[in-house]
Order: sequence, then C-alpha cells, then structure tokens
Amino acid sequence: MSMTLSEKIIARAADKGRVQPGEIVTCRVDLAMMHDSSGPRRVKPMLEQLGAKVWDPGRVVIITDHYVNESDPESLAIEDVTRKWARAHHISQFHEAQGICHIVLPECGYLRPGMFVVGGDSHSTTAGAFGCFMVGIGATEMAGVLVSGEIWVRVPSTIQVRGLGRLPDGVAAKDIMLMLCRLIGISGANYKVVEYTGTTVESLSMDERMVLTNMSAELGAKTGIIAPDEITLAATRSALSAATPWRGDDGANYERVIDFNANELAPQVAAPHSPENSAPVDAHADVKVDQAYIGACTGAKLADLKMAARILHGRKIARDAPLFIAPASLRIAEQAKQDGTLAALEAAGAKILPTGCGACIGLGPGSLGEGKVGIASTARNFKGRMGAPTSRTYLASPYTVAASAVTGRITDPREFV
Amino acid sequence: MKIECNRAWVFGDSIDTDVLAPNAYMMKPVEELARHCLEAVDPEFASSVRLGDAFVAGENLGIGSSREQAPQALMLLGIRVLLAKSFARIFYRNALNLGLPALVCADVDRIRQGDALRVNPLAGTVENLTMRETLDCEPLPSHLMEMIADGGLLAHLKKKLRSGGNS
Ligand code: SF4
Repeated sequence: MSMTLSEKIIARAADKGRVQPGEIVTCRVDLAMMHDSSGPRRVKPMLEQLGAKVWDPGRVVIITDHYVNESDPESLAIEDVTRKWARAHHISQFHEAQGICHIVLPECGYLRPGMFVVGGDSHSTTAGAFGCFMVGIGATEMAGVLVSGEIWVRVPSTIQVRGLGRLPDGVAAKDIMLMLCRLIGISGANYKVVEYTGTTVESLSMDERMVLTNMSAELGAKTGIIAPDEITLAATRSALSAATPWRGDDGANYERVIDFNANELAPQVAAPHSPENSAPVDAHADVKVDQAYIGACTGAKLADLKMAARILHGRKIARDAPLFIAPASLRIAEQAKQDGTLAALEAAGAKILPTGCGACIGLGPGSLGEGKVGIASTARNFKGRMGAPTSRTYLASPYTVAASAVTGRITDPREFV
Repeated sequence: MKIECNRAWVFGDSIDTDVLAPNAYMMKPVEELARHCLEAVDPEFASSVRLGDAFVAGENLGIGSSREQAPQALMLLGIRVLLAKSFARIFYRNALNLGLPALVCADVDRIRQGDALRVNPLAGTVENLTMRETLDCEPLPSHLMEMIADGGLLAHLKKKLRSGGNS
C-alpha cells in the first residue's frame, strides 16, 4: 500500500507498518519545542499539578523570542520563569534571545528528515521544509507530551501543491503563498497536510522553502512538508539513508492536486485583515503606507534581507514611510553584517531592530499606531495583530515591502530589480 | 452529559485567536486577558457574558495562533460550550484539552443571539429551547468525551498516572 511522505513519518512514529487518513494513532514524539509565551510559564503549573517530570529532557528544546526585548515587569517575569524552569528540568537545549524559534530550531541542527516533532506555536509547520512532520499544539497538550512523550493524531489527508517553472525576478516564495491563501482559503487545508512538489520547489533555497511550510499555517493546514533532496541534506548535514527514503511512494493517495505555473506569477499583496484577501500587486498600487516592516519567522531570513537590499541598493526609503528590519536570528544578523547586506539596508535609511517576534505581535518599534497603515513581510494581518485595533496591515514579499518603502505606496518591485 | 446554556452569543466567520486573546494582554495573567476577549469585535462581550452561556460562531472559529488563552478566556468568562460550522485545528484541540466541548454544527445559522440551548455532545444534538427545535451536530468521539468528562487532558492524565500507567 502506497503512502505519502507524511503518512510514512506518522506510521514510523506510531510503530505501525502503515496508516491511513482518518485513522487515530498515538505517536512517539522525537522532539518538542517551546517558546517563552506558550512554554514554561504555561506548562509549569500543569506539571506541578500532575506531579510529573519531563519524560526526556534531551528531546525538549526551548527558544525564547516573544518577549525578549520587552522591559515591562510581566515580560521580565515570563523570561525569568522560563530560565528557571529550563534549569530545574535539565533542559540544556535552551536558547535565549538568539532569534525566532522556527528559525533557531533548524539553525542549531535539531531537525532531520523523517522526524515527528511538536511545537508550542502555530508556525511550527515551518520545519516541514526539512522533511519533518511538525505540528503546532497548545500548552495543555504540550504538558501532556512533556510527561508522556506521546500524542494522539488523526492521520491527515494530503493536498499536493505542484509548482512548475521558475519564479520571475522580483517574485518570491511569499508570493506563491499569498496566491495560495486566496486559492485555497485560510481554512481550506484545515486538518490536512500540504506537500509542496515540482520543479519550482526544487529550484528554491531552504530559506525560500521555509516560507512555503511556514505559511501552510495560513491555509489552516495541520502542517506543510517538502520531501528532502540534496539541498535539504546539505542544510541538515544528514546523509540520505537508503533504508528510509523520506518521500511519498509512487501511487500515494493525494486528496487534491493543485498545479500552478511559477513563470507567470506576479507579486501578490494581501489586504487587511486576512492573508486570503490577496491579489496581484497592481490591485493595491495606489495605497499609501505609513510604515514598512521586514521581520518575523516568515520574512526576515538572510534571503529575505538580501531581497530587500537588492531593491534598496542605490535608493532611499521615503521620508514618510520608515522601514524597520528585524532579522529573524542573531546568526542571520551576523551573516548580513559580514556580507554587507545590513550596511546596504542602513545606507538606504532602514532601521535595524533586535531579533525576536517584535512587531509581528505588535511589540516594540515597527508596530502600528492608531489608524496607521503598514506593509509587512510577516504571515498574518488579522485585526490589531501588529498594533492598534484600528491599524491596517498589508502582507507582501520582502521585495514588495522594500519597494513600497521607497515610494511610500504599495509598489510592484519588478520595476526595481 | 447534557449542557444547559442560558444564552447564546452569536458571532460570524473567522473569529481569530488575535481577537479572542489580544497580543497587548498576552503577557498578562489569563484572567486579566479574558476581560479583553473579543473587544476588537464587540467591546461589550467580556463584561456581559455570564456563566453558563454558549458561544456560537460560523466557519473557522479560532483561526490563527496556537495560544491556548483563546479558548481559555472564553471558558473563564463562563462559556460552557462552543458551537461552530467549523473550527481551526489547534483551537479545537485546545478547547477539548481544557475540557470545553467544541461541536461542529452545520445549522448554527438557526441560532439567534440570546437563545437558550441544551447541548448533548455524545448524542450530537443541540436543542434550541427558545425556538423549540432540535439541531444536529457532529457527536464528539467517545475517547475525547471521556477526556472532557474527566475535566480535560490534565485531569485525565492525572487519573491515568495515578492508576499506574505512564499514559
Ligand atoms: S515571528 Fe510572528 S509568526 Fe513567527 S513565531 Fe513570532 S509571533 Fe509567531
């Protein structure tokens, strides 16, 4: 019986020869990741209530990113609880303010193809770019995993998204996802897995592939996944094992196959207040923006910063539309400093912020005041997410965000590359 | 198990976790956050909802983040049961794990603000006592109902841990 990639990983984690969509199975968790917001501060009282210990501290990773740059008493207390809990439970895989969890997790080499992973965050889907099956869970469920090392899952069916051809210059993986948000809808893949295949995906770097799996959360998907290839293996430094080829079988059953032609894709922009309100950039060409933001796990990796730098090279950002850039990790910031990307961004007038979730959740510089209009490389533009309830956020690729910061209105970046 | 609800609160599609549990209060204790639940959509909701009310929504209830404070806020405000045409996956699991029944009901459009309801999760029925009609909903699978009856995943695990098995 043929299985998809996700079914194979679930079957392995459930100790079964095969699984079928709809079946409920219990899986052993290879790795559990928490951050400061959903992690220790929430699970600590639960574990105390249970009087239970962490099943395997070596399989737990804690990465703080949500409140690391805040100085109010509540945020400081959250960071303190996190630190103490990690120490008390012998979690040595603890990364404090090193970057956003979904980026630091692979950076530190924790992900390998075929793993079954859970994370206390909805964008845990990001790890699928590394051939892992990683799902986001809430705090109580995390407490359950922490004491038992197990979780029940209903085996999801798989939607295959197949891209053919190469993206035109000035068009990025983000544009693919904004197009899919419109096509599939923000709940169109609820309970399902989206597997990305085809020559378009094969041609993308890991940084770009991570945008596809990251924003699978915006399709409502249980997770997103990409079969590992040479590019993945180089990034995870693992060898392809012939015994477990982590890819779907020929003849595996896909619930639906969605084809798109990358050659013809235009830059996309999602209007407030939903990622599914997307349209080709022309549709919003006259919208004036007060602020631009390149940040978050979705849109501030090295490739994203380089896209922005390419647009901004030799140009200045509009005086009335400041551009804030928060690199997704310290390592990325360091690389961008080394290779001159940060200097190029700063020369154009962009303001570089410390790493962390920041304005993506309406914290710190780059968040939006009352009635302000922003354009961001983040994943979500729900009402009030990036600041005041009356603010409005447009979502776009780093190319489009940078081009819009130059003109002060939503702008097609293809004019600039 | 029947759940008696004095009043239904009726909302539309895609009520997201950012409006249920606003970012600006996420670092606060959940009791404080709950007072701001849904304020971007209905500023009166948090102060008017009472213990024993039902929360009724359209498609995609709880879309967005994994924050458990979203269903927890509703629970703290007194909501006994969630009814929606569909739920976002993580929100759905979070609600059930907290012991808050979440039921998929295709006919929620027939429920009006303020209706009194009697919900039977195992049988999959919603009696609208005000309108005098019974709507069907998808029954909750028994393994989940068992956990909810115990009071949620934690209480369920506690019971299991006590009985010896390391679940
Ligand atoms: S950057 Fe934004 S989307 Fe990513 S983990 Fe942080 S809050 Fe979530």
